[in-house]
Amino acid sequence: MPGTRVLVGTRKGAFVLTSDERRVDWTVQGPLFAGWEVHHVKASPLDPDRVYAAQSGGWFGQLIQRSDDGGATFTPVGNDFTYDGVPGEHQWYDGTLRPWAFAKVWHLEPSLFDVDTVYAGVEDAALFRSQDGGGSWAELAGLRRHDTGPQWQPGAGGMCLHTILQHPTDPDRLYVAISAAGAFRTSDGGTTWQPINKGLRSGEIPDQDSEVGHCVHRLDLHPAKPDVLYMQKHWDVMRSLDAGDSWHEVSGNLPSDFGFPITVHAHEPETVYVVPITSDSQHFPPDGRLRVYRSRTGGDEWEALTTGLPQRDCYVDVLRDAMAVDRHESCGVYFGTTGGQVYASADSGDTWAPIVRDLPAVLSVEVQTLP
Amino acid sequence: MSSSVTVVLPAHLRALAAVDGDVHLDVPGTPTQRSVLDALEARFPMLVGTTRDRGTGLRRPFVRFFACGLDLSHDAPDTALPEQVARGVEPFLVVGAMAGG
Repeated sequence: MPGTRVLVGTRKGAFVLTSDERRVDWTVQGPLFAGWEVHHVKASPLDPDRVYAAQSGGWFGQLIQRSDDGGATFTPVGNDFTYDGVPGEHQWYDGTLRPWAFAKVWHLEPSLFDVDTVYAGVEDAALFRSQDGGGSWAELAGLRRHDTGPQWQPGAGGMCLHTILQHPTDPDRLYVAISAAGAFRTSDGGTTWQPINKGLRSGEIPDQDSEVGHCVHRLDLHPAKPDVLYMQKHWDVMRSLDAGDSWHEVSGNLPSDFGFPITVHAHEPETVYVVPITSDSQHFPPDGRLRVYRSRTGGDEWEALTTGLPQRDCYVDVLRDAMAVDRHESCGVYFGTTGGQVYASADSGDTWAPIVRDLPAVLSVEVQTLP
Repeated sequence: MSSSVTVVLPAHLRALAAVDGDVHLDVPGTPTQRSVLDALEARFPMLVGTTRDRGTGLRRPFVRFFACGLDLSHDAPDTALPEQVARGVEPFLVVGAMAGG
């Protein structure tokens, strides 16, 4: 029977949650790297046994761990994220310029095309690539050297490159998102980059038509329609029909259009999930009711999914990398909370149940659909 | 000439290096912070970058170096370590600083 493996990164370690296709009974492995912050854990789409973890901590810095046995064991691989050349400066909160300085890896994205290639999005914002399974890393420096780079500034969580999307058939096409610079696209494998932020409206910056400065929280796409992009911005849920050349708002009837993750259904390119959060200062669900919202129309029309989720006194957050879908025939949807719960739905969000309730604060959730 | 230096690692780094107890290193010349850490990283490459910055070689802010009841964290990296460390009588301690509230 096909299996399901949920990879969870938390403030104090990683966890591997395993079930079969029914997704009812789960085994929990962990904590792995106990005591370390594990920002992201993600597996190769080409080899289900190849799993990468971004492990970091204030004491001992950044490590990358690799598993070649599906997460049963890990080995440290390369952790040298040295910027290419003199890294230059970016805006700081007080309007002064600060030199780019590596802080940590936020996101790991194994390649769709080569099992030994994996991308890393880091803080201060830059994109790195390894072509030897994480052994060594080289910056794709054209992004950081973009003309707008000196205008980039950190969001409250740091100036992080947190989203890396790959085009399903074109290995040279990538999308990334940076808080709080915006979204960028390359069509030449990362040599040159174009800001793709037209149509975004951000009340936190003075020029609404600014090329950069928008706090994009997350992007997603469906492989069947790779030019249709979805975005959860600081405020506003957005959609692009032209690979990011222009964006329009699809927040519609959401109770709040603030939030962090946005995820597309595995089999329905127009079905999208978000988790509304009250506001930028109140990082918890509106009215203390944890609701996933689903649109089957690519946005604008949203329905609340509540069955099995707490509908009172719930004040957790769901972070940008903490939601994912599996590829089973009946699509599973998963998300983790800052309260340590990981919820799963085996029926596209109609009903939910917690897999675990008391993990450390969840930073990331990824899912593997195993043969 | 080399010295046999005993290094005590914090639990997280022992786990990372897959060692159970103290680490004994042959360090060429007069042991210093730099030469001890060079020897440590040569033997355990997974520890590169965990105690000092890869680029600058500076001690990470929340790492401390102790020996013989002294905090050596602010000593220059090429300062000779105490003779008792060089003779293997006292260990060189890598410590995670008090942090985290």
